Amino acid sequence: MMANLKNLNLRDFGADIWAGWNRASRVAFVLFFIALIALLPFAPSFGLTSFLNTPIASYIDVLVFPVGMFVLMALGLNIVVGKSGLLDLGYVAFFAIGAYSQAILSTLYGWNTWTVLPVGMGLAMISGVILGLPALRLRGDYLAIITLGFGEIVRIIAVNISITGGPNGLPGIPNPPDVLGVKFDLMHSRNFFYLVLILILLTIWMVRRFTIRRPGRAWEAIRQDEDVASLMGVNTLVYKLWSFVIGAAVGGAAGVVYASKIMVISPDMFKFEVSILILACVVFGGIGNIWGVILGAAVLAYIPERIRFLTEARQLVFGVVLIIMMNLRPDGLLPRKKREKITEKGAK
Amino acid sequence: MVYGVLRLINFANSEVFMIGTFTTLYIETNVLGYTNLSKSIHGAKLWGSLLLALVASMLVSAVVAVIVELVAYRRLRAKGANRLASLISAIGVSIVLFEAMGIVTGSRPKSAPRLLDKWSFGSIGGADFRIDTMLTIIIPIVIFFILNRFVTNTRLGKSIRAVSMSEENSKLMGINIDRVITLTFIIGGLTTGAAAFLFMTVYENTVFNIGFNIGIAAFTAAVLGGIGNLKGAFYGGIALGLMEQFASAVIGSQWKAVTVFIVLVVVLLFKPNGLFGEAVQQTRT
Repeated sequence: MMANLKNLNLRDFGADIWAGWNRASRVAFVLFFIALIALLPFAPSFGLTSFLNTPIASYIDVLVFPVGMFVLMALGLNIVVGKSGLLDLGYVAFFAIGAYSQAILSTLYGWNTWTVLPVGMGLAMISGVILGLPALRLRGDYLAIITLGFGEIVRIIAVNISITGGPNGLPGIPNPPDVLGVKFDLMHSRNFFYLVLILILLTIWMVRRFTIRRPGRAWEAIRQDEDVASLMGVNTLVYKLWSFVIGAAVGGAAGVVYASKIMVISPDMFKFEVSILILACVVFGGIGNIWGVILGAAVLAYIPERIRFLTEARQLVFGVVLIIMMNLRPDGLLPRKKREKITEKGAK
Repeated sequence: MVYGVLRLINFANSEVFMIGTFTTLYIETNVLGYTNLSKSIHGAKLWGSLLLALVASMLVSAVVAVIVELVAYRRLRAKGANRLASLISAIGVSIVLFEAMGIVTGSRPKSAPRLLDKWSFGSIGGADFRIDTMLTIIIPIVIFFILNRFVTNTRLGKSIRAVSMSEENSKLMGINIDRVITLTFIIGGLTTGAAAFLFMTVYENTVFNIGFNIGIAAFTAAVLGGIGNLKGAFYGGIALGLMEQFASAVIGSQWKAVTVFIVLVVVLLFKPNGLFGEAVQQTRT
């Protein structure tokens, strides 16, 4: 199947099979796929899949962070970069805002993760509006530099004010409380994986809902040609703002969960490199295609952990992988279809 | 900075800068054999050594820039890939260069010998006019004038501008795009190499991850002045440097980056194409 790496469009290949199925087999396939993913934490204990095990870091922790978190954030960024075509280089800011709202609200005010989650997402969305209103009037590289600046500003503010603990960060963030007897703590990393998996599934569901309805069509129009979209009566600023804010909410949610998993955060975790890495996940997997983005994020998050035994040359190899893959498949691992089947799905 | 011609952010440029600083260092210590303890030299020998370091840094940077072009951009351009794909492969190159240098230097900062005895010409209004700062003022002005002449007057300069306006049309006009873009990278590399040399002369030390912040500053300057506009990049760079210094003095150095970006946002709100406008008006979406 991978023999003709250059010409094969895996997405179309999959879509053709998918189109031939009826509803029952589709549901069955999706459930089977989710079950397969849910079994991932157990993979190293079997002979065949034990090569997945990561040499130094604990495998299950790697599945939560970076793999799960990157998938979630790449999905969020994909709404901004992939769906409406806005280049955002400061996505880490929303992740940081989510993480800091969890840290501050839980350590100072004793809130638990589940109550912080909507608040953190809300704060990320508000900051998305604050950034978006002036920034989204600009285009291309100008938007990129403003978002980049925003990402840095959030980090610098976190370093310089006292409530965030300054450069030392905030320690002692509590884990989420038990839900129906399911524990979330250091001994139960696996449950964090399922938590992230649920968030990812919710995000996929949300993105798919949006894509086939009015906002999705507006984003697609904006991405292809903003001037034409605006002439056709699409309120471009509002829809761009929406894609920004929804992306921000996903990033904020990821931040809240991350902070409560890792229990200590510091401004160093929210550097510009993270934004770039997540953007790399999106582009590497295939801009705009949910499955491509998930695969890209999982691969890019996983590779550096798998080759940890290379120590110093680890990042070097990572860079080489990026160059080679981008040269081989410039549209990403699983590129989007040239024309999304929007009319067909929308009519149903 | 010749970002504008390609219409994309060259993330690898900051690593070109980093390599330029190390070249200067290498020439000064290993080739010319100066150490931190050696006495300051004067006259022709001094200027000869500096010139050698400058030229070497510019040449090596240009070579690295061309390698970046060949590895990261050319194949993708031939395939007609989108801008983001090249962006990511440039980031890949950037990671490789930077990690390789990190391994070579053991991730430790290196300091260069002080060749130039930093005498002062005297001070005007409390400002010191030191020889090294004078150099960093004079050399960029010279480079700026040469580049400006080159881009506006020569045949190659004209083809660079043509490519930046529309690749397809310049191809129709018989311009060899690959050659022009490689040339752009060479010029960018030469300029960056000179900047790296000046940086080493003034600050006298470097580290493998130095390029990153410099790269962002350069990009900000280019955007502030107007992308693809040499004059804009020149004045944008000056404005950015001044702003950083004033912000440090007035509200504290930790807020300088914040101030710079807020000013940038405000400027772009009123002048969406940068202070001096884009060289090319709205050719892309």
